[in-house]
Amino acid sequence: MEQQYIDLYKAHRGMIKEHAAAVMNASRDEAFARFARLGFPTTKIENYKYTELKPSLEVDYGLNFRRLDFPVDPYQAFQCDVPGIDSFLYFVVNDGFYPETDDRNKELPEGVIICSMKEASEKYPELVATYYGKQSGKKDDGLVAFNGAFAQDGFFMYVPKNVELPRPVQLINIMRSDVDFMANSHDLIIIEENAKAQLLVCDHTQDDVRFLANRVTEVFVGEYATYDHYKLENTHNRMTNLMTLLIDQQASSNVISNVITLHNGVTRNTIEVALNGKHCETEVCGMVIADKNQTVDNFTSVLHNMPECHSDELFKYVLDDVSKGAFTGRLFVEKDAQKTRAYQTNRNILLHPSAKMRTKPQLEIFADDVKCSHGATIGQLDDNALFYMRSRGIPYNEARLLLMNAFMADVLEYIRIFALRDRMKMLVEKRLRGELSKCEGCVICQ
Amino acid sequence: MLVIKNLHANIDGKEILKGLSLTINKGEIHAIMGPNGSGKSTLSSVITGHPAFEVTHGTIEFNGTDLLELAPEERANEGIFLSFQYPVEIPGVSMVNFMRSAINEQRKYRNEPAISATDFLRLMREKKELVEMDSKLTNRAVNEGFSGGEKKKNEIFQMAMLEPKLAILDETDSGLDIDALRIVANGVNKLKSPENATVVITHYQRLLDYITPDFVHVLYDGKIVKSGGKELALELEARGYDWIKQEVEA
Ligand SMILES: Nc1ncnc2c1ncn2[C@@H]1O[C@H](COP(=O)(O)OP(=O)(O)OP(=O)(O)O)[C@@H](O)[C@H]1O
Ligand SMILES: [Mg+2]
Repeated sequence: MEQQYIDLYKAHRGMIKEHAAAVMNASRDEAFARFARLGFPTTKIENYKYTELKPSLEVDYGLNFRRLDFPVDPYQAFQCDVPGIDSFLYFVVNDGFYPETDDRNKELPEGVIICSMKEASEKYPELVATYYGKQSGKKDDGLVAFNGAFAQDGFFMYVPKNVELPRPVQLINIMRSDVDFMANSHDLIIIEENAKAQLLVCDHTQDDVRFLANRVTEVFVGEYATYDHYKLENTHNRMTNLMTLLIDQQASSNVISNVITLHNGVTRNTIEVALNGKHCETEVCGMVIADKNQTVDNFTSVLHNMPECHSDELFKYVLDDVSKGAFTGRLFVEKDAQKTRAYQTNRNILLHPSAKMRTKPQLEIFADDVKCSHGATIGQLDDNALFYMRSRGIPYNEARLLLMNAFMADVLEYIRIFALRDRMKMLVEKRLRGELSKCEGCVICQ
Repeated sequence: MLVIKNLHANIDGKEILKGLSLTINKGEIHAIMGPNGSGKSTLSSVITGHPAFEVTHGTIEFNGTDLLELAPEERANEGIFLSFQYPVEIPGVSMVNFMRSAINEQRKYRNEPAISATDFLRLMREKKELVEMDSKLTNRAVNEGFSGGEKKKNEIFQMAMLEPKLAILDETDSGLDIDALRIVANGVNKLKSPENATVVITHYQRLLDYITPDFVHVLYDGKIVKSGGKELALELEARGYDWIKQEVEA
């Protein structure tokens, strides 16, 4: 499996670099060497033991090293599930930043930069070089290394010191191809000191072929800055979605990350939040609704590297049919990170006896003055509550729906864009009713 | 209205109801008393269709329909209501959502349009006043963190909202202080009409001082072993159940 890509890289190294953002080339060979050493992760590797990626990686995908445009105008063709959110709107088609942006994006505050990695590294090479790879470059992870070797472009966002974005930014990733296709992209998000920004990333699939996306997103959040990262996946079940989200928080920063998998094929999200200054606050959340043979694996790490930080983690899953879920909650507290407060909760409901959930808290605490708690449950819907509701005339299916919506409600509380929260409530309800794949137009399911 | 004939019911293969018969007509109030574990709550569960109980014998007819053929929600929408001995907490489901769903399902069942937002709010307000229920409670999740007495009051509130034809109150008086007892009993009396019927399951005469039963039944070991007028309740209060047990075993 790996050999094919190793050969590909060696044969096309020049072409890959020629069409890539210059800054990304600097560490490309090094990333390739790491990939050649590590290979793709298998279930033998501790951090990947719950999810078998082999069937997804074996597919013979096309790649687009030459960066040819795909014939699509997303502004015309695409209706996202989250319309009506007043946002600065951008599209990435496969791994290419779509250039025609909305007129309203001209209203971005002065100094804010949103563009492709390629453009950013041409216009602001120093800025990009200061941050690119600072988190991902150290990871001993086959997927991240692969991304470092093959990703040529991505989404770039820079919010300078003291600037607050008046609206959320929405980035829509669309997978569009007539043949089985792989996309690699590397996003870089820089929120400087005391700045404030919210980003909503939506992942979609447009065509009925097999897709694989391997995306790495590095986020740097400066002192006293506030950042929200919402990620919503609504893709079809021939999609393999591999995401690595790395967040570096400086002192007194405040971050919410909320990763929501509404509909998918095979998904692996690696989320790592490093608290690298005192008094950071972070909320790491997510939800999964899966059925049929969907697979979702959220691997999370919260690293308390400095004292007096506060982290809250909440992940919830509802799994039906033969779907598979996995959650790992790694919580690391450095020796000197005294007065850490860290809380973690993972709750799961299995609607069908064939659905499977694996959950694993992984606590590595080296400081002594800390408040930490964690809890994980796997259960069914409460039969007594169901009967109670039915005895009031509410039919079985409606009663189940009320319970499932209630179960997910607290994850949605961790959305600080109210219009998005309302919209998500509706999408979650639709999904739980089994209506989402039929009505939203962008999901093609078998 | 409700005709139960020779009812046998099991849970986990264990027979709890062992040939119970009971007839209730509209306009009547029946009290069911009996020692702990005799099957009173089981009877309510079987009438409302709790899936854990299996009916092995006998029939239950409600206004001419075979109740045992209906799902719990259909029985509710036919007009049967149970005030639970142990009301269930449902975290995350708000009282408002819960009641609106219940009301609208009932209306759907009757081919009526969904209730408007203003009518619903008016109905909630009216019924809250009837049972002197605090708005703090209706603004919360169903029964979540309610005290024992508040849960019981909430049952009567729901009953007032749904206006059932047959209401079964399973120890609704247990855990109520004197004031709450009076409020609950008043609520029940105000909702009483010649068209509906009430079954009161209780251990205590004190509730029956407020809600006067037309009939009092003793349920013992899965059967109704004695029936009488309201004076039977006074006699049970004075003498306990031993004499009944002796009568049955003789
Ligand atoms: N889920 C169950 N599994 C096994 N046995 C049960 C179950 N539920 C009830 N029983 C048994 O059925 C019998 C009747 O119980 P039930 O709750 O109907 O009594 P009750 O008359 O309502 O008593 P109380 O006055 O204490 O409320 C008891 O012996 C009880 O232990
Ligand atoms: Mg009982």
